[in-house]
Amino acid sequence: MVTVADVRTRVSSFAGAQVGEGDSPIAITIAPTDWLPLAVALRRELGFGFFSFMSAVDWKEDGLEVVAWVDNTDARLSVLMKTRLGVGVTNCASLVSEYRGANWMERECFDMFGIRFEGHPDLRRILLSDDWVGHPLLKSYDVDTPYPPYR
Amino acid sequence: MEIKPPIPVVPAPVWKDFKDLQEWQQLHQRRPESGDKHSAAFETLTEGLHQFPGGFVLTTVTDNFLNWARKSSCWPVTFGLACCAIEMMATFASRFDVERLGMVPWASPRHADLMIISGTVTIKMAPMLLRIYDQMPDPKWAVSMGSCANSGGPFRHGYHVVKGVDRIIPVDVYVPGCPPPPESLLNGLLLLQDQIAHFRQTGKKAAPTEKHD
Repeated sequence: MVTVADVRTRVSSFAGAQVGEGDSPIAITIAPTDWLPLAVALRRELGFGFFSFMSAVDWKEDGLEVVAWVDNTDARLSVLMKTRLGVGVTNCASLVSEYRGANWMERECFDMFGIRFEGHPDLRRILLSDDWVGHPLLKSYDVDTPYPPYR
Repeated sequence: MEIKPPIPVVPAPVWKDFKDLQEWQQLHQRRPESGDKHSAAFETLTEGLHQFPGGFVLTTVTDNFLNWARKSSCWPVTFGLACCAIEMMATFASRFDVERLGMVPWASPRHADLMIISGTVTIKMAPMLLRIYDQMPDPKWAVSMGSCANSGGPFRHGYHVVKGVDRIIPVDVYVPGCPPPPESLLNGLLLLQDQIAHFRQTGKKAAPTEKHD
């Protein structure tokens, strides 16, 4: 059975990885280059097989942060993966090759935040219509942006 | 890893081509000032009959009869959008029972006279709503139910919500509330019946209610 200590030991092998204090969930902040390798390690070595959800945070001038939550349902452990993309960067590695459940989540993330997930098999808008201009959950998106002819 | 480019952004079609909102509204006016669809011959006939000495008795009696018929079998199309639809269903169900008012919830817009817009109209839903409304035969009425359909409600400044369904279709009765209880919607439907009863000449447009609160 995987324990919190196992996770902390395994994550410490990634350069620059920071692990939060608590263990429910285990919050891991990692460099964007290690985003996919961390997912591989979590799923294949530590048994975190369930991709719960993914989202992003717009920290304005500090850039975007991608957040994903994965679970190990056998050991009842959760990991909150975070990565800061950096100022002006909208590219992030896709987790679809590791977690099938990340497919639509990343499409939604692209839809709302404009993050291009490299390696995603079908990166299209999922919630908004195809002719939508802009990404509405960015802080730079104007509140009352008109949408012709309905708004 | 190959990056698949996102789908191209289609430039927004019309909004900026119009000078202002009024011009856009004129072009999108769904119900013209002159009334609903009637032939010019019918208009001439009724107008001539109305001007004929004593003819107004016939036209007004016909009006009253037709309006009575219209208001007594005003079938709403079953069209639920959001949580207001739950209250609408409660209104349709046995306790409040709109069927005693002659309103049969009907699942086809082609047989319906009334559309109750029950809930938030999102930008993605708006074309479908307009399409269903266009499929309803004239004369037709619309009741905007709840804050979202009236003005956008709590989602007015959201990125995806139409700021009131009257930007898309003409609305006859606005029912306030979030959501309106069945009593409130029932009151709105009764107001609509009064409004239909005051449908101005034979086949002419519905006059806005003045005497009702």
